[in-house]
Amino acid sequence: MENMLQFDIDAFWIILTGTLVAVSASLLGVFLILRKMSMIGDAISHAVLPGIVIAFLLTNSSSQIPMIIGASLVGVLATFLIESLHRKSKLQTDASIGIIFTFLFAVGIILVSQYTGQVDLDQECVLYGEIAFVPLDRWVTASGIDLGPRNIWTLGACCLAIIATIIIGYKGLYLTTFDQTFAASLGISTVAWHYTLMTGVSLTTVVSFESVGAILVVAFLIVPASTAYLLTDDLKIMLILAALIGFLSVLSGYYVAVYLDASIAACMALMSGVFFAIAFLFSPGYGIAFKGRRAKMGLQKDYSQQL
Amino acid sequence: MIIQVENPALEVHDMTVSYDRRPVLWGVDFSIPKGHLTCVLGPNGSGKTTLIKAIMDLVPKNSGYAKIFDQDIDDVRDKVSYIPQRGSVDWDFPASVMDVVLMGRYKKNNIFNRISRTDRINAEIALEKVGMKAFAKRQISQLSGGQQQRVFIARALAQEAEFYLMDEPFAGVDAATENAILNLLKEMKDEGKTILLIHHDIQTAYDYFDWFVFLNTRLIASGPKETVFSEKTLSDTYGGKLSLLTTVGELLKEKKLPVRE
Amino acid sequence: MGTFIDFISLSDPTSRYVIIGIILLTINASLVGSFAFLRKKSLIGDAVAHSVLPGICLAFLLFQTKNLFILLGGAAITGWLSILSIDLITAHSRIKADAAIGIALSVFFALGIVLLTIIQNSAIASQSGLDHFLFGKAASITRDDVRYFAIVTLIITAVIIIFYKPFKLISFNQDFAVSIGLPVRFYEFILSIITVMSIAVGIQAVGVVLMAALLITPAAAARYWTNDLRIMLILAVVVSAIGGVGGAYISYSATNMPTGPWIIVIISCIAFLSFAFAPNRGIVSKMWIQYQNRKQILLENILKAFYHVGEKDNSFLEMRKPEDILNRREFSFSKLSEGLNKLKRKGLLEKQNNEWKLSSEGLSEAKRIIRLHRLWELYLTQYLNIAEDHVHDDAEAIEHVLTPEIEAQLEKLLDFPSTDPHGKEIIY
Repeated sequence: MENMLQFDIDAFWIILTGTLVAVSASLLGVFLILRKMSMIGDAISHAVLPGIVIAFLLTNSSSQIPMIIGASLVGVLATFLIESLHRKSKLQTDASIGIIFTFLFAVGIILVSQYTGQVDLDQECVLYGEIAFVPLDRWVTASGIDLGPRNIWTLGACCLAIIATIIIGYKGLYLTTFDQTFAASLGISTVAWHYTLMTGVSLTTVVSFESVGAILVVAFLIVPASTAYLLTDDLKIMLILAALIGFLSVLSGYYVAVYLDASIAACMALMSGVFFAIAFLFSPGYGIAFKGRRAKMGLQKDYSQQL
Repeated sequence: MIIQVENPALEVHDMTVSYDRRPVLWGVDFSIPKGHLTCVLGPNGSGKTTLIKAIMDLVPKNSGYAKIFDQDIDDVRDKVSYIPQRGSVDWDFPASVMDVVLMGRYKKNNIFNRISRTDRINAEIALEKVGMKAFAKRQISQLSGGQQQRVFIARALAQEAEFYLMDEPFAGVDAATENAILNLLKEMKDEGKTILLIHHDIQTAYDYFDWFVFLNTRLIASGPKETVFSEKTLSDTYGGKLSLLTTVGELLKEKKLPVRE
Repeated sequence: MGTFIDFISLSDPTSRYVIIGIILLTINASLVGSFAFLRKKSLIGDAVAHSVLPGICLAFLLFQTKNLFILLGGAAITGWLSILSIDLITAHSRIKADAAIGIALSVFFALGIVLLTIIQNSAIASQSGLDHFLFGKAASITRDDVRYFAIVTLIITAVIIIFYKPFKLISFNQDFAVSIGLPVRFYEFILSIITVMSIAVGIQAVGVVLMAALLITPAAAARYWTNDLRIMLILAVVVSAIGGVGGAYISYSATNMPTGPWIIVIISCIAFLSFAFAPNRGIVSKMWIQYQNRKQILLENILKAFYHVGEKDNSFLEMRKPEDILNRREFSFSKLSEGLNKLKRKGLLEKQNNEWKLSSEGLSEAKRIIRLHRLWELYLTQYLNIAEDHVHDDAEAIEHVLTPEIEAQLEKLLDFPSTDPHGKEIIY
């Protein structure tokens, strides 16, 4: 009986961790996919690795905040490098993404293997995290009060910051995502909004690193947002749906993982893929299963008038 | 023939703009009067869109400046409305017609404010003017080309500007929309608004507009229709690029030399 | 140094297969990667590389074997499925290519990790070692592996030689290839097959995550040095082979150093050096050219100033003080003295007690620049309809650009004019 109870509390912490990652990432992902910058998200999530390792070494993993800030800056720096390589060297964007993130990731892996003893990371953890260990790392105050898993607090703060930014900056993000030139013509700084978004992505990947790793956070950035994109034509609803689908992937993924005895984070990411597949096939508005019927009802775009 | 005007709505002074070091606008210098419908004519790749973007300060200039109502663009952005080419945005974007028109109410200093009632009323009036009020809730992914263009114009109307810069508002629209837009432009002109637009059809341009700017990398002519619209201007404009100018442009790129010291 | 000689001479049998194996793998990847790069499809390779993981795990689960041939077969199948799903998603929904790639990449990889952890947590875990595919296992390449790699390299090289022309066409000008009725879809299909093949074997060297770099980075580096596809392919192979051997050496000589990441770091550094220093395209060489241009412009401007001073009293070969020149045109003093000395070395100026005069060659050079300036001003007023008071700044820059051929054209076009728009004389 006591075992069961223990198990449930851990499950709760794990699902909560996953949910916080999924919600932060899916919300940002909505803007990433609409800006056609999904792969920048992929790049950032890999590029923060050397930042994390170096910050770990410098701060002796004693304090989290400097580490998070330092590593996030490396992510933003990576997007800056990608853009400069594109602009100054006239290298196509996708190639500059591929070159920069693999380089930084390789540097990160070398550092990890060089300082294995000093850094609380190993190569596998880098790729898919260890969400099952999240409940073990508790935040205990000086007076001995157990405040719950440490990771929950950082993830929660990050998630709140992102939700707040999106609510406050909704108009700015909306406008600069839909029509950059028009936004610029109003005198609004598209660069500032771009880097706000990049900072959010970088921050999210850094704080999610321990729990889900570099690649699975990409799944949360891109897949739930894409699924939501197939289900609605309203940005606000798309944001809510993306977060909801992220949560459902986490919840179902956890139990699939328990059933299969497999990596929890990977199962969560895999479930987001399952939801995408369902939407891709059966979405009432955009699924391929109803394509014929929509055409008959004349709801589909009239390409003949589009010229 | 370049007719300069007194107290102009727009003054473009000695403007040179290049992409990748090759000038696409070379020493362009003209002015247009207030309250007119001015049309920019020129072949593809003659720098028309670049001209508008440079006026709005969206691309860097090598030399020269543009002034609207005798002020720097940054001081009059509230009075200026820019309508980009319809194809420049992704119409699959999750937004309704109303959402897009409301963007016309966004300003640098209200970007963090909530959308107000006045904003909504203004957007509705703008939609009514372009005959799209019934479509306010329609998703933009379901619009035809003509409807998309009307939405863009409604967004500009919602800005309540004095000066409108329109990049190809008639491109790929149906006849009904073309008429509707034209009537709207005339109405705006009667209200004293100034409009500069890019058009691609010489015949209808002659019928529709009263002031012309002929452009082909360099300025060919600028002035009222009766004065500048001629066989000679047209053949100068559409008769191809100046080969010497093109050669020098290539040379600037190849030798990486500056177009201005 | 001794270890390096041991290493490179292939005398150590374990490192022998490692080196040969890595070279073969890098050849494969950089060859197919060059085409992916040119076709602006660099990141599809990234998706495929991540997607081979579930295939390897499935093959292992189904056949309970570590036979490389079978594992790679599984890898190729799921790698191929990821390309298919990217095409399917972009063709049948409004999801754009970038998101489709991201979806395929992350979901297939997640499936791979699920299968991998199932295998690890089951009884067969101890002898699987499949996690080597995550970061590569270059150090344990065996003789049998090398045999497989060699076959793949042979196939890929042969395919590229056979289809070189159509591949080149669809890489540089796909629209044209379609317009002349080339079966583009078919050639794309062939390309994707060899891409999947090279990735499936290549992950042994660097692992799934870094595989993209093995495809893209050598190609991008090579592109900066040449416009010729053949040379580009050869350069890409050389760059990646250097990275491969270098990475293998580092992990051979130092403990705890992973091979794959070092291969990528070395290749990336070569790429960064190429972006910086490649002639013409490199950032540093561009800056160097611009520096040279500025110097040239300074010299020409000084000569012009001498001429202008001379024009006032109509004596061009007088001795002048630096102050006379500075009165005529603004230069920073250090720039001016640097320029004066350089002109003297070129024989265009002569110096006596801190006074300077144009030599006869200097005078004719000054005349040439002044002539170009005035011709260009005239051209601008006549052909670009630019007002007389606006042409000077433009001509100040363009006078340094015009070649003798353009000068001849201008003279002919303007019919050897005698005065510029401001009424100043044009001397021939």
